Amino acid sequence: MKRIAWIAIGSGLLMQPALADELFFEATGKISTEVTFYAADGQFANQNYRTNLSLSAEPEFYWQWNEQRDSLTFSPFFRKDQRDSERTHADIRELSWVHLAENWELRTGLRKVFWGVTEFQNLVDVINQKDQVEGLDKEHKLGQPMINLSLVKDWGIVDFYLLPGFREQTYAGANGRLRAGLVVSDDATTYQATNREKHIDLAARWSHSLDVYDFGAHWYKGTDRSPQYKAISEHGKPVLSAHYQQIEQVGLDLQATIDSWLWKGELIYQDNPQQNFWASQLGVEYTFYGIQDTATDLGLLFEFGKDQRGKKANNIMQNDIGIGARFALNDTQSTTMLVGAIHDLDYHTTSFSVEAERRIGDDWKASIEARAFSTDNSDDPAAIFDQDDYLKLTLDWYF
Amino acid sequence: MNIKQLTTSIIASSVLALSATTAFAGAAEDQGMAISKEAKARDEGWVDMTASMNMVLRNKQGQESIREIRMKVLEIIGDGDKSLSIFDRPRDVKGTAFLSFSHTSGADDQWLYLPALKRVKRIASRNKSGPFMGSEFSFEDLASFEIEKYTYKFIGEQPCAIGSCLVVEQYPTDKNSGYKKRIVWIDKAEYRMLKTDFYDRKNSLLKTLTSEQFQQYKGKFWRPSLMKMVNHQSKKSTDLSYKQYKFGNGLTAADFNKNTLKRAR
Repeated sequence: MKRIAWIAIGSGLLMQPALADELFFEATGKISTEVTFYAADGQFANQNYRTNLSLSAEPEFYWQWNEQRDSLTFSPFFRKDQRDSERTHADIRELSWVHLAENWELRTGLRKVFWGVTEFQNLVDVINQKDQVEGLDKEHKLGQPMINLSLVKDWGIVDFYLLPGFREQTYAGANGRLRAGLVVSDDATTYQATNREKHIDLAARWSHSLDVYDFGAHWYKGTDRSPQYKAISEHGKPVLSAHYQQIEQVGLDLQATIDSWLWKGELIYQDNPQQNFWASQLGVEYTFYGIQDTATDLGLLFEFGKDQRGKKANNIMQNDIGIGARFALNDTQSTTMLVGAIHDLDYHTTSFSVEAERRIGDDWKASIEARAFSTDNSDDPAAIFDQDDYLKLTLDWYF
Repeated sequence: MNIKQLTTSIIASSVLALSATTAFAGAAEDQGMAISKEAKARDEGWVDMTASMNMVLRNKQGQESIREIRMKVLEIIGDGDKSLSIFDRPRDVKGTAFLSFSHTSGADDQWLYLPALKRVKRIASRNKSGPFMGSEFSFEDLASFEIEKYTYKFIGEQPCAIGSCLVVEQYPTDKNSGYKKRIVWIDKAEYRMLKTDFYDRKNSLLKTLTSEQFQQYKGKFWRPSLMKMVNHQSKKSTDLSYKQYKFGNGLTAADFNKNTLKRAR
């Protein structure tokens, strides 16, 4: 009942957004039910199950005032998982205040930021920590505390970030699937910085569009979002501890949009206590529009990921090619499908994925995600997923 | 009609067509362009505009689906317009926003903002003929009218819904257009496009658009409140109604960039 009232208030104000000094409020969000079917029991202890049920909710509350010059967004996230107590978690994806002026805006609070252009991984996307228990696609991120000043100039957009406070990556627990043989302990985390997670990280990015080119250049100095792991003993049990070091990184991202071609590239150069290295993700996407006289578009993707550290990289696409086919039916239900494969040229292993989604009615969406791992090579870090082939069905309700 | 009669009539009409072409070389083309230029000229100078769009999509069985979009448009004299569209319905795409810098010649610049990922994607503008949000309107149907986008041919005068109309054939110059031609009915009094027939690449009648409930804004600019698109081949239709047209909002180019795209709501 309360929700209905909010929506009524929200949509009522939405009709007159130009009215000065009026407070605009809106509550939206989604609730998701997810069932996962695994092809086999897992390869590690406590993974002897083949189905898992999970529920999540992500509401968003939004306020706007001062003639649209100030806004506040609050978006908490909750998940309850049937098996994995670590996957049962909550986060504040966003709790931020945005103030707009003529040529700048100031964004303060917990936020999510995306940088990058490629599809299989985004090397330049360094601001947020991954909410890894949410899925392997790295699309889920934890809210990052920040003060972000964004300047709009004729020669592009410049963003400065002050990032006080670091979020540790999330990991599957003892009863979770899609994890390493040893569980990562929450209590054993170590940092290079003496002030640990209170270290203040800094970043800046310049981005611009010129003709068919969109590009960005960034600098980042602070805590590495990707940790190093070490096997330790905790209460007499072997576990992994995560160690977060300090890094300094520069990077570039570029996309050229030429007719039906998208040429994409991301490049980083990182300096950390162990070594300096570069890594790149380069690729191309070509789209056939309206195939076979239908409204369906077919996009073909090819990408190549390379990390100078080679097999020592804590990056799963250290020398990998990714291929994909993206179908968009452009129908009333917005049906899409993405079929892809990643092949590791160092370990000769391959993983396959299918993702498809379709709207049902006006407020529901059904999705399928399936992954199969042909990673039977114990040297490959991806070998931990070898028994975790799965099919995940998700039903989202939007309000 | 037997074969002989048919042959005779084909020859007769070819001769007629031939003599017409020789006698008034390019006259119909010039007149068609002049009418289209007049229609364009009468709609220049609106500077900027905001509006809400409501779409009702109907399939063959009459099942309905709703789309709600708000838009901001900035007129650019000498080039295509800049526009920002914000999707409100269906709910799963709420917050998605689309930024477009259209150009009179060459490809348009287009970006899509995906709110779940907070990602801005530059997208190829090659896809002019594709459906807009699953509706019977394609992207090119909703794009601003630019003289350079077509070649023209005046057909004649015909009575239409409001008085008398000038009928002009327009042939898209863009090879990526989904149409071979469109025939537009422009009313003589105010130069409003009242009706458009769209012919597919095979030159068969594909869709008909009728615009109704015209209102005049700022004492000059006519805008329809309802646009009905019927697809004759698929039997689907889309009703697009515009609400809250507002001109002179003081928009500038600064309201159309990746930052405004990301916070559009």
